[in-house]
Amino acid sequence: MENKSAFKDRVKIAVQDDYLQKSVQNAQERFRTQREMAMNDLGNFQEWRNRAQEIRAHVIENLDSYLEQLSENVEKNGGYVYFAATKEEAVEYVTQLAKKKQAKSVIKSKSMVSEEIHLNQALEKLDVEVVESDLGEYIIQLAKETPSHIIAPAIHKNRKQIAELFSRVAGETLSDDTKTLTAFARRQLREKFLKADIGISGCNFAIAESGSVVLVTNEGNGRLTTTLPKTHVAIMGMERLVPTWEDLDVLLSLLPRSATGQRITSYVTAITGPRKHEDGDGPEEFHLVIVDNGRSSILGTRYQQVLNCIRCGACLNVCPVYRHIGGHAYGGVYSGPIGAVLTPLLEGIEKWKELPYASSLCGACTDVCPVKIPLHDYLIFLRQDVVDAKLTPFSERMAFKGFGFAAERKAIYDFSVAMAHKVLKPFSNESHIEKGPGPLSDWTDVKDFPLPPKDSFRSWWKEEKGGDKIGK
Amino acid sequence: MKASLFITCLSDIFYPEVGKSLVNVLEKLGVSLDFPEGQSCCGQPAYNSGYREDAEKAAKHMIRVFKDSPNVVTPSGSCAAMVRHYYPMMFANDPVWSGKAQELADKTFEFSEFIVKVLKKTDLGAVYPAKVTYHHSCHMKRGIRVEEEPVQLIKSIKGITFVDLPYKEDCCGFGGTFSVKMPEISEQMVDEKIQHVYETEADILVGSDLGCIMNIGGRLRRKGKPVEVLHTAQLLERGLNHGK
Repeated sequence: MENKSAFKDRVKIAVQDDYLQKSVQNAQERFRTQREMAMNDLGNFQEWRNRAQEIRAHVIENLDSYLEQLSENVEKNGGYVYFAATKEEAVEYVTQLAKKKQAKSVIKSKSMVSEEIHLNQALEKLDVEVVESDLGEYIIQLAKETPSHIIAPAIHKNRKQIAELFSRVAGETLSDDTKTLTAFARRQLREKFLKADIGISGCNFAIAESGSVVLVTNEGNGRLTTTLPKTHVAIMGMERLVPTWEDLDVLLSLLPRSATGQRITSYVTAITGPRKHEDGDGPEEFHLVIVDNGRSSILGTRYQQVLNCIRCGACLNVCPVYRHIGGHAYGGVYSGPIGAVLTPLLEGIEKWKELPYASSLCGACTDVCPVKIPLHDYLIFLRQDVVDAKLTPFSERMAFKGFGFAAERKAIYDFSVAMAHKVLKPFSNESHIEKGPGPLSDWTDVKDFPLPPKDSFRSWWKEEKGGDKIGK
Repeated sequence: MKASLFITCLSDIFYPEVGKSLVNVLEKLGVSLDFPEGQSCCGQPAYNSGYREDAEKAAKHMIRVFKDSPNVVTPSGSCAAMVRHYYPMMFANDPVWSGKAQELADKTFEFSEFIVKVLKKTDLGAVYPAKVTYHHSCHMKRGIRVEEEPVQLIKSIKGITFVDLPYKEDCCGFGGTFSVKMPEISEQMVDEKIQHVYETEADILVGSDLGCIMNIGGRLRRKGKPVEVLHTAQLLERGLNHGK
């Protein structure tokens, strides 16, 4: 599916889409400015990061025992736990459950893992109506698109486009003011909440010590999804857990701040099993589906820290590449720097060999990551994997072989430096090249390229300072 | 104070003037310089492209070349970051080379950093009237955390009006091979950058990395609304020679 031209094509479409760029840039602007304010407000950001990284690294290093503790506690609370090794197994479990419950409609609260396993399509095949209750997810569901941002799935859409989508559902032209649009969505979704047979949610964090699932939302849809339908299914990536409530406190201080610049989201919902006798509401059944889908293959590798990710999207909000191409260009479920790292790791480098290059290695992502994943270093490692698998063009491999050879041989290096001027002179006008040959044309299509001056620094030094002795 | 020049391939080939400015400024500050002629490239192009083995060849060569140098000074934040951050990382599991890599990492400095941190000078007594803005290159700012030093030196030049570059934390779109592997994205990034440069209405854009200078300068020249692009060392040299 993924290949070089497909990625390049998506980039070409994205950079020509003014609407997309404006929308993404506005949203990015808002998120990153607010994030900075919220972090300053927290104080000692580095210490918070260190603590968060320690917690996450500890969990990942002891993943098996925490998963065991979590599942024991979920079952103790009266819930069911299912470990899905693959996306197929996860989908099968949920579809079987839907069949058993003779479900006709499912209401969902945002879940990236369910995107990852393509759950909606599988349920729709069974003629089950699936409705996304997160406003952003609802918008892109109507547009038949996938999320373009981890936190704000419809970040790429502007108000006018949303009004068009909603008008189509309403059968009349709706105004594009926020009030009208949110009121329309609320009306639509309220009805879906009430009639849904199953509620499916994601899981921001699972708490091992109590067997609880914690959801972070701004619209209260998480609470409704997990309380109103008779059956609640929570789907989580196998790494998304913390040992204790105390640990949750640290991560919950960083997640919304990193994501949207909020101190805390409007709703933080903690669910511990299905309804109990004394409870006034809640589902009769609770299922927790823990999805591996390639994650365990990352354990013990040099990429292990990628499992620290808490899906805050901060790396997307500061990424200049994401800023200009948006999320869909990345082609996977996860976009931005984390997507460029995670997608090839989960689905194989052969299929996604272009993604590690979708970065200028500026390091803004690594700097902002609340759990200190060395994202841009990982992108370099992935490029090494691409090279080791001999997936780069032959000419490039030869060029770098030549580079390595010349770099350690003074005579050859000196000769190359001396030749640079002579080789490029014919293509230049005095000081610059405006139309370069071969691979240089990728540069000169856009920018002027400096013509190397006749004398290099090393030749000047030799002449002026008389060689490599200590200077005057 | 003695120091060895690490002139970097981009400076050596494309911007020898920058190397010369480095020499002139540092000599004025009383630094006795040498230029180990065996030096080549730090290996960054190969390393960042995933060619670890070829990068290691370059790195080992550079470690040998600068073995006897007390300090190493370079006009590139990016190459300094390569030596400081990635050399020790590359050889972390190599019992022979890890110590040597760390040794070179510990004595390698970017130009402005060397002046401020090692020579402990923040005002060179330079004079130059101009409106100036500064581009923070990513690897210098984030890789070796050198952010204030060049700005301090520029601001100390008498006659300079310094204007902060909006969104100075954003990459200019160079990224080495990124600029030719992903030309569409790189173009968008550099265009946004030069828009911000125009907004400052500065006469001169100063940088500390020749990759960024090549990228932003090349695009400014193509747009035909050029702002002069200089390395910190060049501006300081002008300031030191002003009126002479």
